[in-house]
Amino acid sequence: MVLRTLVVALSFCLLAHQIRAEETIQIGYLEQLVPRPPILSNLDEIPENEGFAGAEIGLSDNSTTGKFLGHSYALEKQIVEEGGDALAAAQTMLKVSPYLLLNAPQEIISKIAKLPEAKNALLFNVSSRATKLRGEACRANLLHTMPSRTMLSDALAQFAVKKRWSKWALIHGAYDADKFYLTALEKSAKKFGVTIVEKKQWNFDADMRRNAAQEVPLFTQDLPNHDMMVIADERGDFGRYVIYNTWIPRPIAGSEGVVPSAWSASVEQHGAAQLQSRFHKEHSRQMRPIDYAAWAAVRTVGEAVTRTNSADLDAVKSYILSDKFALGGFKGRPLTYRKWNGQMRQPIVLSHARAVVAIAPLDGFLHQRNELDTLGLDQAESSCATFTE
Amino acid sequence: MRFVTILALSLFSTTVAADEIWVTNEKDDTISIIDVESEKVIRTIEVGERPRGITFAQDYSVVFVCASDSDTVQVIDPDTGKVLHELPSGEDPEQFVLHPNNKLLYIANEDDAITTVVDVDERRVIAQIDVGIEPEGMAVSPDGKTVITTSETTNMAHWIDTETQKIIANTLVDQRPRHAEFSHDGSELWVSAEIGGTITVFDTETKEEKAKILFEITGVHKDKVQPVGFEKTKDGKYVFVALGPSNHIAVVDPKTYKVIDYILVGRRVWHMAFNADESKLFTTNGVSGDVTIIDVEGLKATKSVKVGRFPWGAAFRPTTK
Repeated sequence: MVLRTLVVALSFCLLAHQIRAEETIQIGYLEQLVPRPPILSNLDEIPENEGFAGAEIGLSDNSTTGKFLGHSYALEKQIVEEGGDALAAAQTMLKVSPYLLLNAPQEIISKIAKLPEAKNALLFNVSSRATKLRGEACRANLLHTMPSRTMLSDALAQFAVKKRWSKWALIHGAYDADKFYLTALEKSAKKFGVTIVEKKQWNFDADMRRNAAQEVPLFTQDLPNHDMMVIADERGDFGRYVIYNTWIPRPIAGSEGVVPSAWSASVEQHGAAQLQSRFHKEHSRQMRPIDYAAWAAVRTVGEAVTRTNSADLDAVKSYILSDKFALGGFKGRPLTYRKWNGQMRQPIVLSHARAVVAIAPLDGFLHQRNELDTLGLDQAESSCATFTE
Repeated sequence: MRFVTILALSLFSTTVAADEIWVTNEKDDTISIIDVESEKVIRTIEVGERPRGITFAQDYSVVFVCASDSDTVQVIDPDTGKVLHELPSGEDPEQFVLHPNNKLLYIANEDDAITTVVDVDERRVIAQIDVGIEPEGMAVSPDGKTVITTSETTNMAHWIDTETQKIIANTLVDQRPRHAEFSHDGSELWVSAEIGGTITVFDTETKEEKAKILFEITGVHKDKVQPVGFEKTKDGKYVFVALGPSNHIAVVDPKTYKVIDYILVGRRVWHMAFNADESKLFTTNGVSGDVTIIDVEGLKATKSVKVGRFPWGAAFRPTTK
């Protein structure tokens, strides 16, 4: 019955809002720059166009499809400087288009989603991994193409169980993000039956580039026996110095070693090599998780416009959340959205710099609805109330 | 020496039909040649980088191979295995189809969103047609009037008029179309969608969707049931559909569009080829690096033959005239 109503509503929209020939579907991209705290290594370079570069590839994919259907697309970018007013920028952008990608910290995304101007909008979180945004802080107008920390930690726990590396020693940094990741890892350990033998906070303020070989063995010497060491170091500060310096030889995962992520430069199966090469040709660098999330967000809008032949927000949004929606995302399974919190279902890549080690959900982790729902917040545990209003 | 070989061959051919199946090994840059009778690899020849699409000329005098990463189509003498020459193909040729005129080769350039039309005699590009992103599936209608390119990310079948080399229609299909084939009488176009998990059947007259074929394998999640390559028997009885990482071949009745059976084969099955009388079907299994041989009458897998790494395309070559 519900389905029938939806279908009727959809076809009505189709009639009512067919795209006019000269109409362009505008998609906004808003980025809030944040101060990047210093890290030990001097080698990391974060590309300035991280995120937007992916959106641009998404735009060109949409446009190619669109040209055969008479649909055209445009991207508008706004970068808000550190300490700038992201809310005001969002208000301005939402006047132009209801479709807006957000590359910003969790608090800012939350505030933008609560703006009155955002009520009739469809926002895409392409950057924040905060599980909270998919839980109690969720919003009905906010979809997430970036996986949550819980999805990443669940993927890692599945991998560990599959490998029977089910005793973990956890090392985490002192920053909030590290602690959020730690919480997610602990939760996943419980969910999949992994034992955490000990967790230990990394407090050294010495320069590890020079003395990791001395400090790390001592730091890890007193850990109880474990199968795998898991590191929560989201900024990439100390984790890299732990590898090959531990007291006992163990595989390392988490923020270093085998890293769970939405996307990595080593993904090549399922046609991914083509997306990687399109991206590299255009931007002369490797595609990163935020780039992928932004690409998926732009493609989501494009796919819904293509299939409904409508640029109308209601038609597009209800199509995205319907059972008909499916996006090819180069990860071997169709990407869809969870109806209870707007999170995009997606396989999680477990990889190191040179190769993909596994892709979660791993074989054998079953689910009554969709195996992808073994990753992250499932419907039964969802504390997201506003979404299905 | 040559005389002896010819003599031996002709003697042989009077007794047994030693036909061959040619299989491109994507990650070995080789072609494995399987003897249809003995079901063994009898030759392996080296070709360009990342060979995928493979097709013989109508008289089987040469074989065309897409060497994707060498950005060329190689023309090979099937007797010697030597590359005779290369055709200009545009970048990253993945799959192609030879027009019934035996002269024009329509090539999908996966990285460039282009279909390139090459005159194989004059060895020159006569047209390039803008299509959707990641073109792959290629088909030509039996009357030669229409060529189809399907594009994986744009999710369309592009209908190309072979008189003008222009697109005359674009029809949406499900996510990630991989392969297209016309029915033997030309009245239908079939397009598989890997991520959509379907085959869409179009009426070629109206270009309207006529049927949708769905697949369901007990114990395999539907997301893993990914139709890619498919082949039809000439008698109109079966269509065999490779279902990728579900490691099965579906047997479809082309009259009812219903699945009759599923046959377990090797891992990540891609494409396939029949022998001469269509009693055997050879499937390329990318991940397991082998070819499964199916007994068409019994609808049973009978044997696996180890080939190179990531076998992809398959083509039949009769050695008896």
